[in-house]
Amino acid sequence: MATIWVYAELGPEGVRSPAFELLTKARSLGGRVEAIALGPGAKEATDQLGHYGVERAFVSDDPVFADHPGRPAAHVVGGLVQEHLPDLILFPSSYDARDVAGRLQGRLGVTLMSNATDVLGPDRARTEIFGGTKLVDVELAGPSPRLVLVRPRSFAAEPAEGAAPAEVVTVDAAIPDELLGVRIEERHEEAASGPRLEDAKVVIAGGRGLGGPERFAMLDELAAAIGGAAVGASRAAVDAGWVPYSYQIGQTGKTVKPEVYLAFGISGALQHAVGMKGAKRIVAVNKDADAPILKLADIGVVGDLFGFLPALTEEIRKRRAS
Amino acid sequence: MNIVALAKWVPNPEGTPALGSDYLLVRTGAEGALDPGDEFGVEAALRLVEAGGGEITVVSMGPDEALPAVQRALAMGAHRGVLVTDPTLRGADTLVTARVLAGAISRQPFDLVIAGVESTDGYTGTLPLTMAELLGVDAVTAVRHVEAVDGTLRVERQTESGYDVVTCRPPAVIALTAGANEPRYPSLKGIMVAKQKPLERLSAEELGLSPDEVAPTQRVVAVEDAPPKAGGEIVGADEAVARVADLLAAAKVI
Repeated sequence: MATIWVYAELGPEGVRSPAFELLTKARSLGGRVEAIALGPGAKEATDQLGHYGVERAFVSDDPVFADHPGRPAAHVVGGLVQEHLPDLILFPSSYDARDVAGRLQGRLGVTLMSNATDVLGPDRARTEIFGGTKLVDVELAGPSPRLVLVRPRSFAAEPAEGAAPAEVVTVDAAIPDELLGVRIEERHEEAASGPRLEDAKVVIAGGRGLGGPERFAMLDELAAAIGGAAVGASRAAVDAGWVPYSYQIGQTGKTVKPEVYLAFGISGALQHAVGMKGAKRIVAVNKDADAPILKLADIGVVGDLFGFLPALTEEIRKRRAS
Repeated sequence: MNIVALAKWVPNPEGTPALGSDYLLVRTGAEGALDPGDEFGVEAALRLVEAGGGEITVVSMGPDEALPAVQRALAMGAHRGVLVTDPTLRGADTLVTARVLAGAISRQPFDLVIAGVESTDGYTGTLPLTMAELLGVDAVTAVRHVEAVDGTLRVERQTESGYDVVTCRPPAVIALTAGANEPRYPSLKGIMVAKQKPLERLSAEELGLSPDEVAPTQRVVAVEDAPPKAGGEIVGADEAVARVADLLAAAKVI
């Protein structure tokens, strides 16, 4: 019987939601499901893990894992792997988890697959390439455990029926000094107004075709007219420095699944498509009739977005007022 | 500070990628370039060396076609190049690639290795850390700014909601985000001089790697087309506003 571990990340409200998605998937594969949670709040989070079917949780509340990203966690997980020999470890696709998984690949000499959109078994996972137009099944070989980084929102999170509390194992957080060379000195929050991109029912995104940072104000106006819409951006617009990274939707960035996704001046490169193609309805406005995003769109508009945007904003204001 | 800048040759990012019958990305005969994501790393290396001295070695792994990626970095101003090219490395996964690059990097002392956050063609994003682990050094990923202060690296690391200021002692690996700087264009003189710069070609065997160590651990076993999206249409400019407003109304969001 396979033993599957889930690397659970912690946030201000306990376990971050991608871990619940991964635990739900892990349960569906059969076998024993266990979890690792490292950092302040880990012990308190074991109740949440138990609800999602975790039989045993390896935890430590030590702040060393929050202050020194990557290396201490990889050191501890590497030790646990050698002691308990799991078959498969699932990680969320965050920067921090990716760092831990990357180090483990080197330390243990085991295989690591990125960007999985489905896990088919202890040695098989699926990914999507070319902007989600092709599904690729990959067989994972070599020594165990196999490591898989899973894209957020690939699965729904469902609590386990009749779940019992998880057995809690406190792990030793004594980290050798030479693994503490990277230290977080300051944390800066770049607060965005409006709803979070991940939660918004409507997401309005701008790309290179907007032509400059000032044009994002037009998206803000449309968002205000709709009410409760969030504004995001393609990587091209973020790389150009027009909006902060927290706006970014795509492979590197956020995955969104709103009711409606409105894309303005975004070509729809693979990078972007993986972050938004799960939207229920997609509208794309682009001056280039060959832009790949038009193939994803329920409604595509080929034309001048600077004429279209204020007209749409006005129409929505009118409809909402009537 | 002696810096290694990693350079990957990728098929033209604007082009249409293709899979061969072996399910591997077609790389031979394809038009390609230095991964745009790596240009930021080369630029960051140049700026650190211009400010504090030292030399830059460009390290790449790829087929013969990858040579222009190394040459581009040399033309930008890097001092020497290393290209690991070996038919056994075709289809290398990230573990194999990390072993190869770590092997090539550790042949000379280094203070800093700069990589992109993820490549434009494979975008796994795990290589810098796997390599750092094999090299036994610290690493910081998602770096949007780097400077050297009194022998310590001070970097800004992107987070979900902002950024952290992180310190790190060399030797180290950093993964730089696209947009971290404005990569320079090679000058005509740079392009001419690049041809005279030292360039070393290495095989996997010359790095002391056994066939087992370069055997990929991942194999594509099936590829299928995703179900096409149905019902999409292109609407004319005259009706576009009404149609999009109707769609928003149907979705009950206005």
